[in-house]
Amino acid sequence: MNSSVSIRDLSLNFGSVSVLKDLNLEINDGEFLVLLGSSGCGKSTLLNCIAGLLDASDGQIFIKGKNVTWEEPKDRGIGMVFQSYALYPQMSVEKNLSFGLQVAKVPQQEIDKRVARAAEILQIQPLLKRKPAELSGGQRQRVAIGRALVRDVDVFLFDEPLSNLDAKLRSELRVEIKRLHQSLNNTMIYVTHDQIEALTLADRIAIMKNGIIQQLADPTTIYNKPRNLFVAGFIGSPSMNFLRGEITKQGDQTFFTANGVNFSVAAYEAPEALQAGRKVILGVRPEHVKVNENLGAEVHEATVDIEEPMGADNLLWLKHAGHTMSVRINGARRFSPGSALKLGFDMSLASLFDAETELRI
Amino acid sequence: MPDAVTLKTAGGRASGPSGPKPKRIISPRNIMLYGILFVAAAYYLLPLYVMMVTSLKGMPEIRLGNIFSPPVEITFEPWVKAWATACTGLNCDGLSRGFWNSVRITVPSVIISIAIASVNGYALANWRFKGSEVFFSILVVGAFIPYQVMIYPIVIVLREIGVYGSLTGLIIVHSIFGMPILTLLFRNYFASLPQELFKAARIDGAGFWQIFLKIMLPMSLPIFVVAMILQVTGIWNDFLFGVVFTRPEYYPMTVQLNNIVNSVQGVKEYNVNMAATILTGLVPLVVYFVSGRLFVRGIAAGAVKG
Repeated sequence: MNSSVSIRDLSLNFGSVSVLKDLNLEINDGEFLVLLGSSGCGKSTLLNCIAGLLDASDGQIFIKGKNVTWEEPKDRGIGMVFQSYALYPQMSVEKNLSFGLQVAKVPQQEIDKRVARAAEILQIQPLLKRKPAELSGGQRQRVAIGRALVRDVDVFLFDEPLSNLDAKLRSELRVEIKRLHQSLNNTMIYVTHDQIEALTLADRIAIMKNGIIQQLADPTTIYNKPRNLFVAGFIGSPSMNFLRGEITKQGDQTFFTANGVNFSVAAYEAPEALQAGRKVILGVRPEHVKVNENLGAEVHEATVDIEEPMGADNLLWLKHAGHTMSVRINGARRFSPGSALKLGFDMSLASLFDAETELRI
Repeated sequence: MPDAVTLKTAGGRASGPSGPKPKRIISPRNIMLYGILFVAAAYYLLPLYVMMVTSLKGMPEIRLGNIFSPPVEITFEPWVKAWATACTGLNCDGLSRGFWNSVRITVPSVIISIAIASVNGYALANWRFKGSEVFFSILVVGAFIPYQVMIYPIVIVLREIGVYGSLTGLIIVHSIFGMPILTLLFRNYFASLPQELFKAARIDGAGFWQIFLKIMLPMSLPIFVVAMILQVTGIWNDFLFGVVFTRPEYYPMTVQLNNIVNSVQGVKEYNVNMAATILTGLVPLVVYFVSGRLFVRGIAAGAVKG
C-alpha cells in the first residue's frame, strides 16, 4: 500500500494527562482523511503532532516514507490551515503567501510564479495587494489555503478551517476544498467537529474519543455500520434512536424485545448467533423508520408527540412502546400532534449493540 | 397645536412619547458628576499653578506672601538661573549638567532593558523550554524584592567589575532592575497574541529571530510604547540609584535638583526652586503627552491580561 502519512504507536501526554494513546493510523497517498470528534478528543493534538508543532511522548510519524518524528515543521513537507486563519496582519496578501518561500530563500522569479498560480486557483488575484483586515472571513481562509498551496507540500493539514465562517460561506468553501482536493490530488488531513463536513469531504473518517480512534472507515460504512454505540450516537442528526432490550426466541424465530414489544431481527446480518437473554441495544436511524406505507410484515403502533417541519424533511417525535423515537419523513407528509400512525422497521439497515461492551454485533 | 396632533395620529402614530427620549443637561446626576470632576481637577492643577506663577515672579514679589496671585512683573530670570547658574556644592552650572547626565543614563538604559526584556518575554511566551515556568516565577519574584536590600551587594559587584561610580555602572543597574516588570509585560502581551500565528510562522519555516523580528515586532508597537514610558519615567525620576552608584560629576537631574532645593547656604530662592522642579518633571510629562494614547491602548491590549 502506498502510504503518505503513517503514525505508529503515537502517544502524547501533557503532564499526567494522556491525550493520545498508542495511536496507529495509515493514510494513503492522495487520500482525504477527516479526524472527527467532539472538543477535547485529541484530534487537533494529533494534527499538531503530525505538523511537528507538538513533540510526541512516544511513537513515530512517517511522511512519504521518511521518519519525521524529530524533524522541524518546515522539513516535513506539510502545509497547515488554521481555524483563525492566522494571517500575518501587517503583511499584504501577497507577502503572506510568499513569506514561507522567502524564508526558504526561493528565487524571486519562482516566488512570483507560484503566488500567481495559487492566486489563480483560489481566485484571489484582485486581493493580492490588500491587508488581511480588509478581507472577509471567506477570503481570509482562501488566502490561508493559498499559503499552504504555494509551498508545494505533500500533505495539507486543516485544523477546523471552516468553523469561524457563517453557514452559507461554510458550505461554499467546503465545496471549494473538495474541488481543490480533486484537482491537486494531495493527501489532506482535516480536523473538524462538524459531521456534515466529515461526511461530505472525506474518503475516510477517523472518529476519535479520549485520544483513541473509535472507527476508521469510509463515510457510508461509518453511517450505516457504526462499530460501537459512541460512533452510532455521534454521527447523524437527529441522532440514532436507541432502544434497550434483550434477545428472545419464539420457536425458531429470534426477536429483539423492549418493553414487551417484539421486533423481528431475521433481516439483521449478525456474524454470530444471537443467544436468548442477551442484553442488547437496538439502533435505528430516524430515516430508516417507515411510516404508514411499505411497512413489511411487522407493524407497530405509535402516536405523534411533536412535529418539526424542516422544509425538505419533516421530523416527528413519536411515542412508541414507552420510548420516544425520532422519525424523518418527506416534508410533504404532515401529521398533527396526537394522531396515531403505524411504523415499520427495516432491520437490515438497523444496528445491534451489545449492552455491556457497546460494540456492534 | 391640535392640528399637529391630528396630523400625527393621521400619520399612523398615537399621541404620546415618540422617538428618542429627551435628555436633561442640568440634572442632579450631572451636577454631582461634573462637580466632583471639577474639584478633583482643581486639586491636582492648583499646585502646578502655584509653581508656575511663583517661578515667574521675582523674590521681592514672593516675599509679599500672596502665593496664588499672578506675577505683576513676569521674569524668566529664575528659569535661566535654575538651568545654568544655580549652585550645587562646588559647581555653579545649574541643572544643565544633571539634565545631560540623565539623558546619557536614560537613553541607553531604556534601549538595553527593552531590547533584552522583549526577547525574554517572547521566548517565555512562545518557546516554552524545560524550567521556563520556574525561570519566569523567579524573575517575577525579583520585582517584589525591596531595592534597599540589594544596594550594598551591587556596590561591591560594580566595584569588582570596575564600573562603580561611572555612568556605565548605573546603566547596567537600571537595565537589570527593569527586567522583571518588563519581561512580565512583554510575556503577557506576546501570550495574548494568537498562538496560531506563531504556529503558522513555524510551518512557514521561520526561526526564532525571524518570527520575532518579522511577525511579532510589527504587531507589538503598543506594548513597546508602554515599556518605553515606564522605563523613561522610572529611570528619569530615579534618585536612589543615581546618588548611590555615581560620583557627583555624573549625578542625574533629580539628584542635582535636590542639591539645589535643599542647599542650606543663603536665602531660599523659591522661584528658582520652582523653575528647577518643573524643568526636571518636564521630560516624563512630554513623554506622557506625546504617547499617552498609545500607552492606554497598550495597557488595554496586554498588560493587564495574565
